[in-house]
Amino acid sequence: MAKLRIEDLKRIQEEVKGTVNLRDGHYRVKVTVHMGTCGIAAGARPVMSTLLRLISEGGVQDVILTSSGCAGLCSHEPMMTVEVQEQAPVKYTRLDAQKAERIFAGHVMGGKPVAELAFAEGSETTG
Amino acid sequence: MEDLSLHILDIVENATAAGATLVEIRIEERSAEDRLELRVRDNGRGMDEAMVERVRDPFVTTRTTRRVGMGIPLLEQSAREAGGSLEIRSTPGRGTEVRALFRAGHIDRRPLGDLAETMIALLLGHPETDFVFEHAVDGRATGFDTREIREHLQGAPLTDPAVLGLIRELLGRPPGADGEADGGEDDG
Repeated sequence: MAKLRIEDLKRIQEEVKGTVNLRDGHYRVKVTVHMGTCGIAAGARPVMSTLLRLISEGGVQDVILTSSGCAGLCSHEPMMTVEVQEQAPVKYTRLDAQKAERIFAGHVMGGKPVAELAFAEGSETTG
Repeated sequence: MEDLSLHILDIVENATAAGATLVEIRIEERSAEDRLELRVRDNGRGMDEAMVERVRDPFVTTRTTRRVGMGIPLLEQSAREAGGSLEIRSTPGRGTEVRALFRAGHIDRRPLGDLAETMIALLLGHPETDFVFEHAVDGRATGFDTREIREHLQGAPLTDPAVLGLIRELLGRPPGADGEADGGEDDG
């Protein structure tokens, strides 16, 4: 069976060693893409792929990207929540890859919520 | 759902919502038998028989069972449209296995879609969960087990973009192809 090569994993392990572990809470921004049945059917996965690409291409180290389930606003999917540390979480609705790019540039990296794409401010439990 | 990879993402989200710490995803294609089989097995909290019946029915799902909502009926519909069927085996406290069969060459069989993007979305969304993934076409297989990957990473995060990039490359090749010009090892 074709698998990942151990030497590639060892190389990454060496490169990553000593860098800050975002899961320990040392992140600046948490981005949560809603991945319920409704979100997936509406196009949540390309939104997540776009965000991962931007994080990866930009070498961004202080942004955590994760997913949550259905938030009960199925007709507004795809949705994501951007939580900048010490600021109110902002939910964005009816997303696509282009809107995700705008939000990433403006809010995640720029620190300013993209008001015209925001649905509401609020918090939720994730995971 | 447009393709099977989106169904997989959805069904595995159910498994993680059921508290699974390990989810095994296996796709097996056998062209001689015109058959495509998808199996998702988890070690989550499982369901009793009444609950199994309930998750198959899109109309009686109540708000309290919301987290298993429409996903199973949609997958069953996709399987049936392609001359196949869906089966759920579950044991309370032990876990659940969802098995969907398709006639591979059926005109209404949805395409596989982007399996790499599905697995990457799952790894990002559930960094504490372990996944076994295997895709076999006529005996040639590609796969990974996050427990093995974690061992080699020695504490480096599985969600590092470099690791996810390797997974994308691996799953982007035809099953069984290991990306080495000389063929490399094959432990079948």
